[in-house]
Amino acid sequence: MSGQTMFEKIWDAHVVRENEAGTTLLYIDRHLVHEVTSPQAFEGLKLAGRTVRHPEFILAVPDHNVPTTDRSHGITDPISAKQIETLENNCREWGIPFFGLADQRQGIVHVIGPEQGFTLPGMTIVCGDSHTSTHGAFGALAFGIGTSEVEHVLSTQCLLQTKPLTLLVQVDGTLSQHCSAKDIILAIIARIGTAGATGYVVEYAGDTIRALSMEGRMTLCNMSIEAGARAGMIAPDKHTFDYVCGRPLAPTGKVFDDAVESWRQLNTDSDATFNKVVELQAADIAPQVTWGTNPGMGTAVDQRVPDPRSIQDNAVRAATQQALDYMGLTPGIPMTEIAIDKAFIGSCTNARIEDLRLAASYAKGKKVHQRVHAMVVPGSGLVKMQAEDEGLDQVFQEAGFEWREAGCSMCLAMNPDVLRPGERCASTSNRNFEGRQGKGGRTHLVSPAMAVAAAIEGHFVDIRSWTPSQP
Amino acid sequence: MDPFTTVTGLVASLDRLNVDTDQIIPKQYLKTIKRTGLKEGLFYDWRHTSDGSLDPTFFMNQPRFSGTSILLGRDNFGCGSSREHAPWALLDYGIRCVIAPSFADIFYNNCFQNGMLPIVLPDGDINALFDTVTATEGYQLTVNLDAQSISTPEGNVLQFTIDPFRKSCLLNGLDTIGLTLQHEGDIAAYEAKQKLAAPWLFSG
Ligand code: SF4
Repeated sequence: MSGQTMFEKIWDAHVVRENEAGTTLLYIDRHLVHEVTSPQAFEGLKLAGRTVRHPEFILAVPDHNVPTTDRSHGITDPISAKQIETLENNCREWGIPFFGLADQRQGIVHVIGPEQGFTLPGMTIVCGDSHTSTHGAFGALAFGIGTSEVEHVLSTQCLLQTKPLTLLVQVDGTLSQHCSAKDIILAIIARIGTAGATGYVVEYAGDTIRALSMEGRMTLCNMSIEAGARAGMIAPDKHTFDYVCGRPLAPTGKVFDDAVESWRQLNTDSDATFNKVVELQAADIAPQVTWGTNPGMGTAVDQRVPDPRSIQDNAVRAATQQALDYMGLTPGIPMTEIAIDKAFIGSCTNARIEDLRLAASYAKGKKVHQRVHAMVVPGSGLVKMQAEDEGLDQVFQEAGFEWREAGCSMCLAMNPDVLRPGERCASTSNRNFEGRQGKGGRTHLVSPAMAVAAAIEGHFVDIRSWTPSQP
Repeated sequence: MDPFTTVTGLVASLDRLNVDTDQIIPKQYLKTIKRTGLKEGLFYDWRHTSDGSLDPTFFMNQPRFSGTSILLGRDNFGCGSSREHAPWALLDYGIRCVIAPSFADIFYNNCFQNGMLPIVLPDGDINALFDTVTATEGYQLTVNLDAQSISTPEGNVLQFTIDPFRKSCLLNGLDTIGLTLQHEGDIAAYEAKQKLAAPWLFSG
């Protein structure tokens, strides 16, 4: 018998039963809940007279709708307030652990799960949110679900699933200086497309991936969904165990040692096979910038905006033209000539402490361009505190960046942080869909380093050769 | 959930690749705590021009597509956010069936949870349907889930494939949570076994 992939090992360990007709009843170890995709699930549960099977396996937090400015007066938008209150009431009713707005542990659901040690290797983890793929960075099988499935998990701690295929993305070699996990994942998506991994669970492997910190791995896995993947995952190793050790919800003592022993067995066997393999060389990856209206419409910063006239395929040409029209871009201009109005450093992709440290290292001693409005939104209250302890808030503020409270913020602009029509933003988030950051807003996805450099210069720059134009 | 057996209805076409769920239902409609009333937000930003007026080129604003119950789309339909508000909004508008060459996973799955049928057809069939729908006012199709077929007014029959479990849930309007709860014994046995094999999962 040939070996198994990490995905197959975790899948097999969670099969409750195989149903007739090829569907598996899969056990779910952990469930993250936020205010936007859960109210209808709780309501459905109540209407059907059902209960929450394991409240202790759930962690709930408001993040999408929360203001990132002074919260002492509560939330001004009554509809947002109602949604957050509904979550709090549901959690109280069912005894579900809940981090409210005043709790320092509040933050983006995909930042706080790992931060609390709620996310552990070998687990199945779900959330009514597509970026649940983030947690795969720990060697967990983590995926986004819809609200009906949220209800299913609340009630049964299980989900009915069909087994996905496996895709290995192998990245080897040393990443060039100034490039980061964000550039790797944007390069992967630009290569395979936004549906390139649909139907697959991706395992990222290779020495480039091994060298990434846990924060970098989370950035990478976070955007797996942007390639259509069901989940993304990375084998746990010493980085993972060190990160998990000592977190509030992580096991301790002998139980922790036993857990590590078991997590070491999760690695894909050397003779395992994948349904598909994609290989990249890290040395070929340059800092990435998207030019279009999905995360696959991107290129290296030293390239040009594509010219639809040179595209053969009719549908692709039309889609490219539509994207350029929306983005207000002239075909063929160098990416570095694109001028921005806003810079957003935040989101579950790039708002962890390491992202902020890196961003601050580029911002230190510089000034945000006079035309640009720039803000930094930490991923959680704890990230914010840590950053303030390290003086990063000072660095950002002295450079002219706004320093905000934790939340999703301008990643999807459900709170007051929005782009106005026509405004152009260098954003460290994960989606550049039309209107994502505000109706008519134009989003370019980049790494934190690239966002800072663009904020300072007022346009995109190739940070590999960047000499700041100001002292 | 309403069963899905046969739907005969007007077909509208949306000729764009990678239609994402942010477009199907923009964020300002996600603040609701209900599943209903979401048609107001369906394709809001595409239905309106930048000055807020209705865009006459968008299908929802064209009288010939009024009452559409079948939507024809392109590759990777429903990509992006997991928001189930997307199928809720389509359904609220009256769309029971979406036909496309490929769908994003979560959207595809969410459709079935709401008595909607997403159908995958090969590119050639899709292209032909796009041409016919554009050329023929009042073009209707009949979708028969049991027979896994789409019948055209010209008398053609297109077959499609579907996972047998999903098919039976949809045909019978089954409550999948209820189905899972019937396996309480298996779930409890699994939990007992895991408590021994991986106690850290239960100590948190
Ligand atoms: S930061 Fe953005 S992508 Fe992440 S959970 Fe929040 S809204 Fe979703």
